[in-house]
Amino acid sequence: MAETKPVLMQGNEACAMGAISAGVRFYAGYPITPSTEVAEIMAAKLPEIGGVFIQMEDEIASMAAVIGASIGGMRTLTATSGPGFSLKQENLGYAIMAEIPCVVVNVQRMGPSTGVPTAPAQGDVMQARWGTHGDHPIIVFSPSSVYETYYLTIAAVNLSQKLRQPVIMLLDEVIGHMREKVFIPEAGKLLVEKSSDQIPSDWKPYDEKGLTPLVPFGFGHYYHVTGLFHDQYGFPTGDPPHVERALDRLHAKLEKYRDEIVLTNYIGHKEPRVAIVAYGCTVRSARSVVKKAYWQDRLPVGLLSLQTIWPFPAREIEALAKQADVIIVPEMNMGQLVGEVERYVCGQAKVVPLNRYDGEMITPDQISELIGRWLS
Amino acid sequence: MQLTQDFLRTKKLPHIWCPGCGNGIVTAALVRAIERAGYDQREVVIVSGIGCSSRAAGYLNFNTLHTTHGRALAFATGLKMARPELTLFVIMGDGDCSAIGGNHFIHSARRNIDLNAIVVNNHIYGMTGGQHSPLTPTGMKATTAPGGTLERAFDLLELAKGAGATFGARGNAAQPRQLEQLITRAAKHKGFSVVEALSPCPIAYGRRNKLGGAVEMLKGMKESSVAVERAAEMDEADLEGKTLNGVLFSIDAPEFSSEYHRMIKKDHG
Ligand code: SF4
Repeated sequence: MAETKPVLMQGNEACAMGAISAGVRFYAGYPITPSTEVAEIMAAKLPEIGGVFIQMEDEIASMAAVIGASIGGMRTLTATSGPGFSLKQENLGYAIMAEIPCVVVNVQRMGPSTGVPTAPAQGDVMQARWGTHGDHPIIVFSPSSVYETYYLTIAAVNLSQKLRQPVIMLLDEVIGHMREKVFIPEAGKLLVEKSSDQIPSDWKPYDEKGLTPLVPFGFGHYYHVTGLFHDQYGFPTGDPPHVERALDRLHAKLEKYRDEIVLTNYIGHKEPRVAIVAYGCTVRSARSVVKKAYWQDRLPVGLLSLQTIWPFPAREIEALAKQADVIIVPEMNMGQLVGEVERYVCGQAKVVPLNRYDGEMITPDQISELIGRWLS
Repeated sequence: MQLTQDFLRTKKLPHIWCPGCGNGIVTAALVRAIERAGYDQREVVIVSGIGCSSRAAGYLNFNTLHTTHGRALAFATGLKMARPELTLFVIMGDGDCSAIGGNHFIHSARRNIDLNAIVVNNHIYGMTGGQHSPLTPTGMKATTAPGGTLERAFDLLELAKGAGATFGARGNAAQPRQLEQLITRAAKHKGFSVVEALSPCPIAYGRRNKLGGAVEMLKGMKESSVAVERAAEMDEADLEGKTLNGVLFSIDAPEFSSEYHRMIKKDHG
């Protein structure tokens, strides 16, 4: 991919620019720290390129407006932080059920409740998975740099369109506000997946046979969109076998495209004695430790960083558990994803949580001290 | 007049509404209004919330969007901003629109976005079995107000007007012809339009409040309604207990979606 010279930008800006690069032309949102910059950039940029920015009356309405615009055929994004993310859950569930693409950005801050608006945290990992009610599938990306934020936002928009599935960008205050270089590709060089404009003659909005593109309203395909369980044409049904099939179908979409959705990266020793599993800003501290310990000191350590946290990278964790004796899971919460790691490690390695929840980042020293303890 | 079969999803009928429910009458008035106004089927979108009346969306053969409770106007706002050329009718119940959806209602009015809100007011939450809503008159009984509600009701159209809506009308299921005309006028009005359609819910409201069955309720509705034009000539004592009927206000003001798109065209060069 041809890239131009690097641009220095903030994580929130990278998110907004990534969205615009991926064709997002509609933003609805409500002001909240620490995600407000996303809205401000969208408010400045979208009108210049013929897009729509609207500040809604609340977070619930922002989520609803985004879904409405998606049904109209636009690529859409909304951004918020913890308290706002709580409010968005209702309509997020609707978008999952009705299979309406959209990207929801949550720049996490310290909670619960209003918490510490300006302090970083990773406390919304489980909320991102299970925040809306019911047995729903979800895709959640967790970037660890400004550069990753830019590219994962593009991936989020593409996947959301392709799978007709909401995608969540789970940033944290550190990533959202830090400045780093991003290589912005030249115009036309970016991998933006176009939605198909070919509508098959037997098009059904919710075809049981598999994915069909969303045909926007206003083009003579008269179908129904609802949050109720529905048949292939979108009409409500409460028929038990139908309901079960419809729910299986929602999950099957993600399973089928699992390899495109689940993104991870491993660095370090092939057969590490101590491995770290990290995501989001915590990857940064972990990476600096592993780089030094492995490349400089040749210690048997490794780092599996998760760009995708949901669906959970179960296979990657299972593979790691076969190699490592100890798996350290640093998280800026009281231990959320670690439970999932334990589930797939399944006793094959020792899982050690490293938690910090005082509104400060986990430092490289904290990680290297723990590694040292387990190596000796 | 026969309803155009094209605009109805006849295969989805019979509907789920109780015998004597006013929802069918209001829905039919809406379909006739759409037909009379001469809209192309493709440019019309029906959006609805949650509740008995909102199920109408499923029976109408357009692009139909049955949303979440109270949020219909917020979904519609996004769609209208994305596709200003579409004509949107937003069907809501009284609780849906004025309680859980109250915030979206006043802000849609404030923006004066070109949406046509059809509020089917049966003074009660019907689908959940008869709880009081912000449009239940004081003293009327509900499962959650067994002794009669102490709360005061909104005057929905005053609320809409105060919040900035530019068209407000009230009709009822007992006078379907007029209701149809009111909806047509609302649709033609550029800006946020509200049509409050009074509708009988004999099952969850009428029975508990001893208002009789559907026939008595419709009769009562007709008798208590006074056309705005006639009300102007009546004194206060005569108007006691009456409900004003017809177009209560129609104001010219800039409409949000067209203003926005004009602005971006300018910016665009
Ligand atoms: S409960 Fe009332 S509003 Fe609902 S369908 Fe029955 S009569 Fe109509």
